[in-house]
Amino acid sequence: MNTQYVDRLSRTDRDMIFTLVPEGAKVLDLGCGDCSLLNELVAKKGIQGTGLDIDGMQLVNGLAHGLNVHQGDLDEGLSDFPDAAYDYVILNQTLQVVKNPPMVIDEMLRIGRHGIVGFPNFSQWRLRKGLFFGGRAPKSPALPFEWYNTPNIRVLSILDFFDFCQNRGITIEKQRYLIGGRWIRSPIWRWTTNLMAHIGLFVITR
Amino acid sequence: MEKNSIGLVTPSIYRFGSREKPMKLDSGYTLGPVEIAYETYGTPNEDRSNAVLVCHALSGDHHAAGVHDLHDRYTGWWDGMIGPGKAFDTNTYWVISSNVIGGCKGSTGPGSTNPETDEPYNLDFPVVTIGDMVTAQKHLMDHLQIETLYCVAGGSMGGFQVLEWSLRYPDKVRSAICIASAARLSTQAIAFNAVGRSAITQDVKWQEGAYTTDSGPEKGLAIARMVGHITYLSELLLDKKFGRRLQSGNRLGYNFTKEFAIESYLDHKGSTFTKRFDANSYLYITKAMDYFDISRSYGPLKSAFAAATARFLFVSYSSDWLFPTSQSKEIVRALLSCGKSVSFIDIDSPYGHDAFLLEEEKLTRIVEGFLSGVDKEAR
Repeated sequence: MNTQYVDRLSRTDRDMIFTLVPEGAKVLDLGCGDCSLLNELVAKKGIQGTGLDIDGMQLVNGLAHGLNVHQGDLDEGLSDFPDAAYDYVILNQTLQVVKNPPMVIDEMLRIGRHGIVGFPNFSQWRLRKGLFFGGRAPKSPALPFEWYNTPNIRVLSILDFFDFCQNRGITIEKQRYLIGGRWIRSPIWRWTTNLMAHIGLFVITR
Repeated sequence: MEKNSIGLVTPSIYRFGSREKPMKLDSGYTLGPVEIAYETYGTPNEDRSNAVLVCHALSGDHHAAGVHDLHDRYTGWWDGMIGPGKAFDTNTYWVISSNVIGGCKGSTGPGSTNPETDEPYNLDFPVVTIGDMVTAQKHLMDHLQIETLYCVAGGSMGGFQVLEWSLRYPDKVRSAICIASAARLSTQAIAFNAVGRSAITQDVKWQEGAYTTDSGPEKGLAIARMVGHITYLSELLLDKKFGRRLQSGNRLGYNFTKEFAIESYLDHKGSTFTKRFDANSYLYITKAMDYFDISRSYGPLKSAFAAATARFLFVSYSSDWLFPTSQSKEIVRALLSCGKSVSFIDIDSPYGHDAFLLEEEKLTRIVEGFLSGVDKEAR
């Protein structure tokens, strides 16, 4: 598939997260990979960063930059972390791969005052087209997987996320949508946004 | 010799205290004079702020890197980790390694001469604790004019010393690396130590500890080591390395010789151990391990670590059942709950507890990264 396009997508959502985190904040990044986002936030915004990932050896890059890092599996929960220890807890492109999303989101909002959640919108028109006309499990540049090897076990749309937040008493403080190559600040028509956005990015709190 | 070896090293002895001014022990008893055998690798910087103390495990000693003789096949126990360009890079850090008190490799222990009697202490040697070992190390650090240790690092019982340092002398430790260790020795591990000690004390040659060096309880000590060695390995590794293979041929002998490859391996491990270790020291050091319990000494973990100021790194190994990952995580959780700077990595390894001496490539990357990040304020 078009990996360049995917790289650009991940680059661009990281850029947006970067702008959403205030200077000097205490930040925990869940599924931080090689800690590159945190390292950038530390360098440019003077945040205090902690990274968590299931792949321990990737975390070494964060250690070398002076971050605190934790190897951990989100599916096993975050009970090691105390309440309200962070200003922001980031969960980017990870919600769709966890086994128990409500538990992860609850934990995020217990540990942090704000959560930043980013996920691919499974009701984007390209995916709908693939399913409707192609009659096969949908794929897109942002979701280049086959049905049998996709890590994305939770298939959700932006409207689904709205419902989820409403039902669980979660407030959406900020919302950002990637449509085409541009970030849009708020949905004028929710239904249209749900159709157009590749990625939704939300700052949430409880 | 390997290219990045520290090369030839010569151990030193530091002596402190006396009969009149002995060191006070946790038990209330005293010990003096005290000798500590140690080695250093690399060079101190101007203000001696690059000192790294490495702490050895049960059967280790101060000889952590390099060789004692250029024809020596045997390098120090952490030779892969200490040296120029290695994890504990001697181009940057001044690495210090000392033998614990109670040991048998040059530091004062049950085999040392009791100044009261001019005979070996044997069982008159007071029971020492991990805390006492650390206090003795602190005397050595003072002697070496080290104000603050850049890092204290160690695995297993070495990890106990790391934790003890971070609590006993919190302002003297800039960072702490605790590998395959725990806040207390588990019941299971105490049980194995008890078997080991019984094997020694039941050996007729032990004679209440009053044996002579050429006629000690070697059989008992060998059995203790055999038991210990099993706990350092994993089931998977034993199966892979030995399986049910017989040592020679494929015919069952229908007798009690050392038939299985694993039997012969353990036998070998046990008997070689007796040539380099003293039975009484084994009793004393395993006892010190059994006694180690941070909560007993400093209260519940969360309040115990509230006073700690070091940056911590915990490393555990997925197949370690003697010091399982959950025991490292218990300390990590306590440190997180009091807002301390702590990192944790669990290395996926088939090698069991011994992985901390075997998985050097991964550990090198982790330690290197951590040490270079200690002074970067990014947390």
